[in-house]
Amino acid sequence: MFVSSSFMAFVYILTSVLFILSIRGLSSPKTARKANLLGIFAMFLVLAVTFFSPDMKDFVWPLIVLFLGAMLGSYMAIKVKMTALPQMVALFNGLGGLSAVFIALAEILHHQNTPIETSLGMIIGALAFSGSMIAFAKLQGLISPKALGFKYLHSLNLILAVALIGVCVAFCLNKNLSLFYILAALSLILGFLLVLPIGGADMPVIISVLNAYSGWAAVGIGFSLNNVLLIIVGAIVGASGAILSYIMVKAMNRSLWHVMSGGMNEKKEVSSQSVANHNQTAKVGSPEDAAFIMENSSKVIIVPGYGMAVAQAQHVLRTMAKDLAEKFGVEVKFAIHPVAGRMPGHMNVLLAEANVDSEDVFEMDAINHEFETADVAFVIGANDVTNPLAKTDASSPIFGMPVLEVGKAKTVFFVKRSLNSGYSGVDNPLFYADNTLMLYGDAKHVTEQIVAVLEQK
Amino acid sequence: MDIWTLMTIFVLACFVGYFVVWGVTPALHSPLMSVSNAISGIVIIGALTLAGAENMDESKIFALLAVFLAAVNIFGGFVVSQRMLMMFKKKTSATQKENK
Repeated sequence: MFVSSSFMAFVYILTSVLFILSIRGLSSPKTARKANLLGIFAMFLVLAVTFFSPDMKDFVWPLIVLFLGAMLGSYMAIKVKMTALPQMVALFNGLGGLSAVFIALAEILHHQNTPIETSLGMIIGALAFSGSMIAFAKLQGLISPKALGFKYLHSLNLILAVALIGVCVAFCLNKNLSLFYILAALSLILGFLLVLPIGGADMPVIISVLNAYSGWAAVGIGFSLNNVLLIIVGAIVGASGAILSYIMVKAMNRSLWHVMSGGMNEKKEVSSQSVANHNQTAKVGSPEDAAFIMENSSKVIIVPGYGMAVAQAQHVLRTMAKDLAEKFGVEVKFAIHPVAGRMPGHMNVLLAEANVDSEDVFEMDAINHEFETADVAFVIGANDVTNPLAKTDASSPIFGMPVLEVGKAKTVFFVKRSLNSGYSGVDNPLFYADNTLMLYGDAKHVTEQIVAVLEQK
Repeated sequence: MDIWTLMTIFVLACFVGYFVVWGVTPALHSPLMSVSNAISGIVIIGALTLAGAENMDESKIFALLAVFLAAVNIFGGFVVSQRMLMMFKKKTSATQKENK
């Protein structure tokens, strides 16, 4: 029993609509879960129908392999820690890209009807794969997250890109299979070299870019196989990755070009001068001071950064917020910078995991004006995203980056291991401000001490 | 289908994607990434038709590899999205209980 091609087309339309609705549902946490189930349903539907298409002369092997992949994917998704989410997303982007490469190879060996489209799908897929592997290795700590590069890297990349286009044209003209393999190899190398010089702080951007690539690769494969559904879904994923890249780049006030060329190194020497300029010392507070000041305030804004997540302090931080709100009637809010985590929206997930009510969590633009009326800004594991130099010092590498204006609060607490500068290597003058108290130590340990004091009362 | 029909569909889909994605709340950008991961695994239907060939040749082996990888993507992406979205759910219902 086979399904007719018009029934197939109907299912494709239905699937496209359901996928669009499943993303539309992410406009609010209330609708998001149902929307995700809609997406899962659509995927099952289209998979089931595909198994009944006339092309499926053998469905035993595909079914076995599908099952194995499903097991592995589900296992990884259930086991992954939320702090390790960025590297898993990077890995999945890469696998999607590699999948496109294999489909292109299978298609080329099979008919060779559409050499241009197939080549494009393969090139983008290969770039997504090798780029994602580097991003994964950096995020996982397998290789240094620093910007790695050598002198002629950009020239080499340019030569590779030109060679890539040349081989692609040659392949489309004479359809020689060995040229296709060379094309694949060149694309893989280029993907490696493109992501290698990108530093750890730019990872939110690069994950988004690679996400877009996996979408564009699907579009290429869709054109190659003449499949409308692949084109529609690929375009939506591509658009999503592109928009997220734009949001991340905006949040750091960088250009995509700058990120791709690993541009943070150039300015480092300038910024070290501003470090030497001040002779003030930072005032040190104790957890008891922090507890006393916060329980007597009317409004506390907590600013979490990635350092908070690394220390696994989110749960105890939530307890602190809850104690302040319930025992002392303090209004507690969380302020999130777009690049607070290692991928878009990462910090929101980490706080949600710790049971922080999403209604208490605010994006930067929504809360920045509230620091003026706040008694305390409690900055934990964040630094660069609060640095006022981003507004005033044109020589600073983070100049122009929108920041959370924590300095406007009556008292600012910084929970930090030491006075060391942040990821960007820039000193933060807020540490030495009159209304700032430093709470040195591990984020989790310090917060636990504060909670202990709060709960005695 | 001819290339211009496909092109039209592609361009219109880009516009749909553009408007739909801007509507996503920034708090759910991580689930957006993992959902888009999952649905980009839709290439699996291309892989399946190639993997469904009768003879076990090179083409079929590559296609089977593609099916495997795309399946990891689909299931991994949807499962981790659901996990994340459940976290966002958990706490709203928890606070409702506390309020009562």
